[in-house]
Order: sequence, then structure tokens, then C-alpha cells
Amino acid sequence: MGENDMPVKRLSFLALLLALSMVLYMTIGSRGNWDFVLAFRGTKLLAIIAVSVAVSTSTLLFQTIAQNRILTPSIMGFDALYVLIITMMVYFFSGQGMLSFGSYGLFAFNTLIMLLASFLLFGTLIFEHGRDLTRMILTGVILGTLFRSLTSFATRMIDPNEYAHIQIASYASFNSFNTELLYIGVAVIIACLIFVWTIRHRLDVISLGYDVAVNLGENVRTVQLLALAVIAILVSVSTALVGPVAFLGLLVVSIAHLLTPSPNHSTLLLSSALISCIILVGGQTIMERMLSLSTPLAVVIDFVGGLVFLLLLLQRLKK
Amino acid sequence: MISVRNLTHQLGQQTILDDLSLTIPKGKVTALVGANGAGKSTLLSLITRLMKLQDGQILIDNMNVGETPNDALARKLSILPQSIQLEPRLTVRELVSFGRYPHAKGRMQKQDWNKVDEALTVLDLNELADRQLDTLSGGQRQRAYVAMTYAQDTEYMLLDEPLNNMDIAASRSLMRVLRELCEHHGRTIVIVLHDINYASGYADNVVALADGKIDQEGTPLDVVDSAFLHRIYGTDAKVHILDDRPFVQV
Repeated sequence: MGENDMPVKRLSFLALLLALSMVLYMTIGSRGNWDFVLAFRGTKLLAIIAVSVAVSTSTLLFQTIAQNRILTPSIMGFDALYVLIITMMVYFFSGQGMLSFGSYGLFAFNTLIMLLASFLLFGTLIFEHGRDLTRMILTGVILGTLFRSLTSFATRMIDPNEYAHIQIASYASFNSFNTELLYIGVAVIIACLIFVWTIRHRLDVISLGYDVAVNLGENVRTVQLLALAVIAILVSVSTALVGPVAFLGLLVVSIAHLLTPSPNHSTLLLSSALISCIILVGGQTIMERMLSLSTPLAVVIDFVGGLVFLLLLLQRLKK
Repeated sequence: MISVRNLTHQLGQQTILDDLSLTIPKGKVTALVGANGAGKSTLLSLITRLMKLQDGQILIDNMNVGETPNDALARKLSILPQSIQLEPRLTVRELVSFGRYPHAKGRMQKQDWNKVDEALTVLDLNELADRQLDTLSGGQRQRAYVAMTYAQDTEYMLLDEPLNNMDIAASRSLMRVLRELCEHHGRTIVIVLHDINYASGYADNVVALADGKIDQEGTPLDVVDSAFLHRIYGTDAKVHILDDRPFVQV
């Protein structure tokens, strides 16, 4: 406990690596007008970093309140739920009707529904069956499939022209992102991060399990609810900005546990955020600049992340 | 003093505790015994608020469980739950330092670290302090958990079957530590025990539960005899008295 045992060297190394990938991302292959390049790439970089941190933080929080290291918000179907909500909005109100909300109003409304739905669906699940991993995985897979099927059903029903309104949220892409929501999204993410940082010690205690946390005087349900709210908001923002990034969170948090093993959320929050940024910024630099976009980054991340998921699952089942 | 008044607890149709009243004295080692399913663990879980109170009242000194804030209770009583599944990578010192959470809330001061060191010394864990929990034996891990509750520095320590999966050496050493905590550090110990011989060998008071009610309470010498064993456990065994303590011939 306490911050005096942070692995400073490893964290600084990660920060250095991130700085390097950011510099490369901004400079490689840039010709001509620097003002334009910096502004154009800078906005993209901001979006990538915001999403990276949102994904790593929401995954870490979810694993803490669900008491395991295999499940993530995307595996449980959080982002599929957000996509479903947007699709349903288009289905019921049509794209024109949605526009009358204004993009901020729409985003706020979607996030609110997302919060309520998360409490209803995942809150009860974590409270009642949080310790039953098999049940959690099965429920997550079923919910995720249900949300995706409903989404694809609804997309077949709507006017193809209106489909444009949900395209960004439906597929992970780090090249086309929602510029309108970027600044408000970043502000929301920063607010969430500050809040998470203030409850980091409470999260440490929660990760010891229900009985021990109660013994140490923590109100487990309260912290779980707070964390669930933050997760719902972070997933909403990152999905609204670039779309669902399925296995990124799992990959990043697993690497963080490997590189900076610690029971302290102060360490894990920092290291997983750094690793997440390195993977997305570095990966995007390689994909976009060196391989000239021949494969989308999301595909590579999902492939590697999916392998990690299978490995963790097999390892756990062997025990 | 822990006073339990008219406690009734039901799980579905089944009555686990039935209008149970009990007073546990301060500064003593009290053992809760009884057959499987008699309600010992439920009673302990209710006292320590791990389960929600349905009917009745529990007072710890003047604190009313269920009304007192969680963190105030955490400075008054600590519990060692029956099954703990902890992060295996945690070191013993890290685990013990969590015992300071109710006091430090994550901001450990010098006196908190002193208390952690004291806990490690009292439970003879100094050599194991930087080992990870998954490299320890069952008995050593149990000692580390007790060290965490020691560091929590509460007047009351409640332990739910701490001798499970422990061999005779580890069990005896843990019971001796608990007696020492009671006699020299003024702690009140309440412990759920399966083995009646550990109860009569180390406890000041024995409280026997049967079918959700108090069957009998008193010193081991008053409580434990052949008739008692027959009534509570339904087994016939001889009881020998040695140094004023009754022992069951198993």
C-alpha cells in the first residue's frame, strides 16, 4: 500500500517509449506545411490517446469489481450495447430526428441510457454472480451476441442513407473518428480519470474480495456501483469516438500485470494506460506510415488480444 | 462486550438462528462450537456484518451493528473469514499493510508501518515478509492473514475456522499466538472451532450451538463432558480431565 513502492524505472521506461512513438507518429513521412501536419496529426493523436486510456482504465476497473482477470467490458458486451443504443435511436427517430438533438445532446442521451442499461444488466450480474466465472462468460457472450444481432437486424431495416450515422460507432477505426465529439469526449475522459484516481485506494481494498474488503471497512457495493458508472461512461465515449475495440483492453491490462505486477491501482492504472497508448500510437505509426494502411490496426489487436484471451481461459480452466 | 439480542436468521424456509441471545465477555478467548450446520458461521458473519441482519440486535460495546458506519466498525473489530482467495502475487508485508487501511485510508504514516512491523514480529513472519503468498504453506498463509487482522489493531478479533487445512504444529502455534494476543495485548478473541479439543485446550469460554440456539456456555470444564458430546454431536466418546482441562479421547 502507499505510493512509495511504485516501479518508477519501468514506468519511466514506458513513458519514454510512448514519447518516442508520439514523436515518430507526428514526424514520419511528413512533407511540407508543418502547421497543417501538426494540427491534422495532433487531433488524431489526441483521439487515439483518449481512447487508449479510456479502454485501459475501464478494463482495469471491470476486472477489479468482477474479481477476475479474464473478463473485460467488451467481452461482456458493453460496447455492443452502446452500438445497439445508437442504432435503435436511428431506427426510431431516423437520422434527421437525431440531428435535431444536436450531437452533444445525442451523446449525453446515449450515455445516460447506457448508464441505466449497464446498472440493470451488469450490476445485478456482478452483485449476484460475480464469483461465478463460467456464468459471467456465458452471460457476456450471450448478451454480446444478442446486442450485435439486434443491431444488425435494425441496420437492415433502416434507410441505407441513415446508416452513415452509426457507421463510426459500429466499426473500430483509428483513421475515421468522430471529430465533433472529440473535445467533449476528452473532457469527459479526463473527469473520469481524476475520479478514478481519487478512489484508487478503495479499489485496492475491493480487489481483496468481498469479505476482506468489508472487514477493512469498505462499502463494497458503493465502490462497485461507482466503478460500473465510470465504466459505462468510458465505454460510451470511446465507442462514440472510434468504435468498439474488442480485445485491446484485455491485451493491455494483461501486459500491465506482467510488466508491473502490483496490488496497487496507482501503479496498474498508470502502466496499463501507458501500454495502451504505446500499442495504439506505435501500432498506428507502423500501420499508417510504414505499411501504408494495408491492414487495419484493429484487426491485428483483436488477433493478438483474442489469443491472449484463449490462453488465459485455458490456463484458468486447467487449475 | 459483544451482546447479541434475539437474533433470528432465515435462509429461504430454513431457520438458521432461532431467537438467539448471547453475551461474549471482553478480554477472553471464546470458542464457538457445534455440529455442522448449527449456525456458528452465520452467527459470526452477522456479528461481523458480512451478512445482513434480519431480526434482532447486535451491540459491540456501544456500537450497533447495522447502524454504525462500516469504517468505524473496522477499527473496532476484525474478522478472519473462512475462505480467503487473495491475489497470489501479494507479498506478506503488502497483505499485512492492508490491515492499516481502516486507520490510514491508503496514506500510510510512520506509525502505520511500525504497526505492520510489530504484527510481523508478533506472528514471527519477519523472514517471510517479502515472500509472495502463493509461495507459502497453508499454515504460514493463515499466520499472514492473522497478522493483517493484528495490524488492524481492533479490540475484537473474530476468526472463522482458522485451523482448516492446518497440521497440528501450525494449529498449536496459531492457538498459542491467539492466547498471547488475548493475555498480553488485551484483545478479545472469538473463534469458531471444529475440533473440541482445541476449544477446551485454549479457550476461556466455550459456547455450544445446536439448531440455531445456545445449548450451553461456560468454561471448558463446565461444558465439555460425555453427555455434552452425545447431545451436541451425537457421538459417544470418553472425556479425560488433564490439568483442569477436559480432553476428548478421539
